[in-house]
Amino acid sequence: MMNNIIVMPMIIPLLTGIILIFLRSYTKTQRVFSILSSIATVVVSLVILNRIQHEGILRLDFGGWLPPYGILFVADSFSTLLVVTTSIVTSILLIYAFSSIGKQHEHMFFYPFIFFLVAGVNGSFLTGDLFNMFVCFEVMLLSSYVLITMGGRKIQLVESIKYVTINVLSSWFFLIGIAYLYGTVGTLNMAHLSVRVAEVGQGPLLTVISLMFLIVFSLKAGLLLYFWLPGSYSAPPTVVAALFGALLTKVGIYAMFRIFTLIFYHETVITHTVIGIMAILTMIGGSIGALAHNDIRQIVSYNVVIAVGFILAGLAISSEVAFQGAIYYLIHDMIVKALLFLIAGTMIYLTGKAKIQEMSGLIRNYPMLGWLFFITMLSLTGIPPLSGFISKVYLGQGAIETGSYLLLAVAFISGIFVLYSLLRIFLNSFWGETIISEDDDVPLKKGMLVPCVLFAIMTVAIGVGAEGLAPYVSDAARTLMNPEIYIDAVLQGNR
Amino acid sequence: METLITVLVGLLVTVAVYLLLSRNLIRVILGTAVLSHAAHLLLMTMGNGLKKGSAPLLGENANSYVDALPQALILTAIVISFAVTAFLLVLAYRTYKKTGTDDLHALRGFNDE
Repeated sequence: MMNNIIVMPMIIPLLTGIILIFLRSYTKTQRVFSILSSIATVVVSLVILNRIQHEGILRLDFGGWLPPYGILFVADSFSTLLVVTTSIVTSILLIYAFSSIGKQHEHMFFYPFIFFLVAGVNGSFLTGDLFNMFVCFEVMLLSSYVLITMGGRKIQLVESIKYVTINVLSSWFFLIGIAYLYGTVGTLNMAHLSVRVAEVGQGPLLTVISLMFLIVFSLKAGLLLYFWLPGSYSAPPTVVAALFGALLTKVGIYAMFRIFTLIFYHETVITHTVIGIMAILTMIGGSIGALAHNDIRQIVSYNVVIAVGFILAGLAISSEVAFQGAIYYLIHDMIVKALLFLIAGTMIYLTGKAKIQEMSGLIRNYPMLGWLFFITMLSLTGIPPLSGFISKVYLGQGAIETGSYLLLAVAFISGIFVLYSLLRIFLNSFWGETIISEDDDVPLKKGMLVPCVLFAIMTVAIGVGAEGLAPYVSDAARTLMNPEIYIDAVLQGNR
Repeated sequence: METLITVLVGLLVTVAVYLLLSRNLIRVILGTAVLSHAAHLLLMTMGNGLKKGSAPLLGENANSYVDALPQALILTAIVISFAVTAFLLVLAYRTYKKTGTDDLHALRGFNDE
């Protein structure tokens, strides 16, 4: 079996994390080792992505236990695209961490926990077993608890109590959902679940269970139940906030796509309508939040919320074209949100202030940063040569084909609110009178600018080179639309 | 037997919700612990493990045995909830040291840094 490679995106970060624990006092070694291993993860995941195009969906049965009895990893285009993006985003964020996080964090096991988080995220993407997904979620969440509290500032501690409590609650719902599902259909393998649910028909009982999973993943992704999100994403250091903003909500979104396209796709009138309504309310609520706040961290966090609503509008529309749009947007959003958080954090680092009225004329002191912010803004709004555009086209096309005009309207109007909320930052903070004189200019470190430039290059590259990404994305959307492809790959011959 | 356990689960959830909604931080943490025990009991009940009254692993020739999977799930879930509870307790202690209060009403709000 040459499929062992698909466990690598989880194993490499996990082992790296463990090894880094022992290198605690060697900062240089930690940095070199962590960047090398994250680049290795990128390479491995790219290899997997290309193999899927030739050989179809890959799977690895742990311990040789054939599905549906054992735990297994399944790599299809959708999950692997997200693994690739996760690895790339982490690598670039690590560069930012080198120059910004500080000795104290580096000595207190900052890098190991980053890698444990990535192991959890990649594991959640790749697993083909519902309970294994729960475990990977917990690996990810426990590392995120540590990362959010690390540093021990008062605001971090206060916010993390809420963050941990709400996540304990949602994990509880996850466990309850698993218990009911196992009690009803007697399996936890996702492909097998799909077969069993199709056999018995998705009656009211199973639909209620599916709504329970909807609550779980909505809490994780911040779909409508996002009340905890802006606070806890504003508290930690910039890199951690960027990592959270880029990755954590996306795992919830991924899980929702998986569950509602593979297992519970029979009663779309109920489940997908509920998702649609929640997506609309999320976009409206996120827009209001993004406009109402003056703290740049809060504005940026509410932008995460709007994006969640937008992506799940794609799930609610539920056509192949809309899925393509949603997948493009997922990839785009992971990159651009990381960039947005980095720029916001850098602005706070440079000025020492977080309110947008208290900053002014930054573009004169830091022209590069200003233009990077401008690119981010255009990309998030969906201006043509950048990565946000293609996804909006596909999503719009999908919405028109299926006649979901309300979703279409709200999704596109929310784009205007995104633009306005970011324009407010741009006008207030970058334009206007310079308040920082040339003398007490805080120098912008190269190590902070380079990651931002890399992210900006990526968003341009995805926008211009969307053609190159198209085969992977359309394969991913096809698998989501036709669950039998996934089921056949997993249960080959032993259905 | 199932009915009895289900009622017990309901009782545990009631207690846990009451604790979770209180203002005292330690009570909230105890609430999450009780809550996870309720989930574990539910997993046990859902796995059809209560009817047959046997141990899960009795060799190949056993006449009766129960599904071992829920027990494996519970074991994993217990370990996870143990870790989370331990973390929460440390967090609560640190927060108390830093802020001098364990009243959740006094701990709210983002802007009072």
